[in-house]
Amino acid sequence: MSASSQARDFSAKARVITRDLRHRGLIQTALKKYEVARGRKASAFNDWQSARQAAAETKWDAINHLDTYLEELVAKLEARGTKVHWASTATQAREIILGIIKSKNARCIIKSKAMTAEEIHLNDAMEKQGYEVVESDLGEYIVQLRHEPPYHIVFPAMHLTRDDISDLFQRELGSAPTREPEELTMIARRALRKKYLAADIGITGANFAIAETGMISITENEGNARLTAALPKTMISLLGIEKVLPKMEDLALFLPMLATAGAGQAITCYNTMYGGPRQPGESDGPEEYHVVLLDNRRTELLADPEQRDALHCIRCGACLNVCPIFRNVGGHTYGTTYSGPIGSVITPHLRGLQDWKHLSASSSLCGACTETCPVKIDLHHHLLHNRRNASVEKPSSLERFAYKMFAFVANRPGLWQFSKEIARLLQPLHPLVKGTALDPAKSWTATRELAPVADESFKEWWRNRR
Amino acid sequence: MTVTLFIPCFVDSLYPRVGISMVRILERLGHRVECPEDIACCGQPAFNSGYWDESRLIAGPVLEKLKNKEAVVIASGSCGAMLKVFYPQMFHGLPQEADANVLSKKVWEFSDFLVAKLGVTDLGAKFPAKVTFHDGCHGLRELGIKKSPRRLLEKVQGIELIEMADAETCCGFGGTFAAKFPMISTAMGEVKCTSAAETSADYIVSNDSSCLMHIQGLLSRQGKPLKTIHLAEILAQQ
Ligand code: SF4
Repeated sequence: MSASSQARDFSAKARVITRDLRHRGLIQTALKKYEVARGRKASAFNDWQSARQAAAETKWDAINHLDTYLEELVAKLEARGTKVHWASTATQAREIILGIIKSKNARCIIKSKAMTAEEIHLNDAMEKQGYEVVESDLGEYIVQLRHEPPYHIVFPAMHLTRDDISDLFQRELGSAPTREPEELTMIARRALRKKYLAADIGITGANFAIAETGMISITENEGNARLTAALPKTMISLLGIEKVLPKMEDLALFLPMLATAGAGQAITCYNTMYGGPRQPGESDGPEEYHVVLLDNRRTELLADPEQRDALHCIRCGACLNVCPIFRNVGGHTYGTTYSGPIGSVITPHLRGLQDWKHLSASSSLCGACTETCPVKIDLHHHLLHNRRNASVEKPSSLERFAYKMFAFVANRPGLWQFSKEIARLLQPLHPLVKGTALDPAKSWTATRELAPVADESFKEWWRNRR
Repeated sequence: MTVTLFIPCFVDSLYPRVGISMVRILERLGHRVECPEDIACCGQPAFNSGYWDESRLIAGPVLEKLKNKEAVVIASGSCGAMLKVFYPQMFHGLPQEADANVLSKKVWEFSDFLVAKLGVTDLGAKFPAKVTFHDGCHGLRELGIKKSPRRLLEKVQGIELIEMADAETCCGFGGTFAAKFPMISTAMGEVKCTSAAETSADYIVSNDSSCLMHIQGLLSRQGKPLKTIHLAEILAQQ
C-alpha cells in the first residue's frame, strides 16, 4: 500500500501531537466551554432539530438550483454596479484579484477573515508580488504574525494561550507583556488601525450571498470586516459559489444558527449586508466593489448526488469542535485549509482522492459530526463513501487480498474453527515477540494489551451444551 | 419467540461470556434461542475500509442464513448497525436488496431488544458495584439507542450508575481505524478513560464489546484498577 506524501505527513504529525498533553488539555478545555455555551444557545431555539431540518431544506433548494440562484445573484449585484468575476480555479481567482490590485496601483491590502482566501493561498500570491497584506481579524492577525495557517476555520488561534500571544506581540510589535485579553486586543487594535487607513484595497470573504436581493452577508464579532469594507476605496469579496441562499428572510434562520453552532452565541455582534459600491448620493462605502465567485472543483461535488449535500456547509466549525479526531490531532495536522470532518469529506474532492483519502480513513466513524451539523450534512457516511470510491478507483492489492482471504476463511466453518484454534495455540508465544518488529499486532500492542483468546469460545460452549 | 443470536467474531473468541449471558437471560424469559454456527462475521472490517465487494462476500451468505428469522439479536451496536443500516446500503440496487431490507427490520441490539421489543426492564439481576456507562457510537448514533441500556441498569439491585462527562464521546476504537491510526485511537481512548476514572466507578459498562476491548486494552497496559464489563454480563448476574 503506497501512502501519499500527504498521508505520511499526516501520520507523522499526528504521532507527535497526540502525545502532546499540553495541546490536548488546551483544546479539550476550550471546546468543552464551547459545548456548554452552544447547548445553552441551541436550547433558546424553539426546536433546534426542526431548525436544522429547515436549514437543510433551504440549503438543499439553493444547491439543487444553484444555476438559477447564481444568475439571479449576479444580475442583482451587477444592477447596482458591482463587478462580478467567475473563477473556475484557484489560479484564476488569484489572477483576477491580483489584476484588480494592479489596476488600482495599490500597495497595502487589508483583509478580513476569509477561508476561501486561505483555500486559494491568496496572501502568499499577493506577498510574492510585493504587496503588504494585513489580516484584520484578531485571530487571523495572530496566526499571520506567526507565519502559520489558521488552526480552525472559526477560531484561527485557538491553539494559543494568552501567554503565547503576549510573547508574540512582544516579539513582533514590541509591546509590553500582559495577560489581560482586553490589553492584548488593544495592542492589536492600535497596530491595525494604522493599516486600515493606509490600505488601498479591502478583501473580505462572505458568509452568505442572497440571490433575491443581490447582497453579500458578512457576520463577525470585531467590526473589522466593516472597516475592511468601508475604508479602502476598493472592496473585493471572494466567496465559493455554494454560499448562495435564495431569500433575504433565510438569514433570519441562518444568522442565529451560524452563531449558535459556530461559537455558542445567540447572534454574532456585527451582521452586515453589502449591496454594491457607493451609490450616487451616498456618503460612504467603497468606490468599486468586486465579487469573485469561486468554483475550484465545487461543481464536481455538485455533480455527485451522493455527496452533494457537502455543499450545504456554512463553515460554522461545529463538526470540528465535536470531532474527537480533531480534538486530538488539532487543526494543523490535516495540512489542509478545511480540517475536521468537513475537511476530511471535501478535501479528497477538492484536491484529489488518492492524495487525500487518508483523511477519510482517519476516522472512527463515530458520527458526532453528523449529529451536530446544523445543515444536516451526512458527514461520517461520506467518509465511508470516499473510502469506497478510493478503493474502487485504485484498490490496494494487499488489502483487497487480505479481505478476500478473510472472507474465504469466514465462509468455511471448518477453516474458521481451525484458524481460531491456531490463534489459541499461538497466543502463549505472543509475549516473545510482543512489541517487536515481528509482532503481527504491533500497532495494537504498542499502547494496548490484547484481549486473551478464551479457552472455550462461545460456539464451542454452545455445541458442548447441546 | 425464537430468537436468533448473531455472535460477532470477537465476542465468540474473546468474550464468550457475553454470548452465554444473552442465552441465559433470553431463556429465562422463556424464549427459544438459536445460534447459526456457520456465521463467523458480519463483514464490517472490509466495508469500513471501502472494500464493499469483499464485504459482500461475507454479507451475502449471512443474509441467506438469516432469511426468515423472527428476530436477530446482537450484543454489539456496531455489528448491529452493519446488519441493520449498512447491509441495505451495501446491497442497494443488487438482487439481495429486498432481503437486506427485510432483515434490517428484524435486527435488534440486545438491550434495545429487551426494552423496546420485549418490554422487559427488570431481570432480577444483582450487581453491587459502582458503574459508569459508555455509549458505543454505532449503537447510539446509527441505531439511536440511549435509554434502553440505562433503563436496564437502573433495575439492577445494588448497582450505582454514575454518568461520566462525555459518555457519548467515541472511545477511539473504530475497527480498522485502531490499527491504521493507533496514535489517534490511543489518545481518544485515554481521554475516555480519564472521564470514566473521574466518576470513581469500579466498572465501565457498555453494550458493545468492541469498545470495551479497546478501553480494557488501554486500562490493562496502564495498570489502572478500573475494569470493563458488558451489560449482558451484569444483567445475567443473579
Ligand atoms: S459541515 Fe456542518 S458542522 Fe461542519 S462546518 Fe459545515 S455546516 Fe458546520
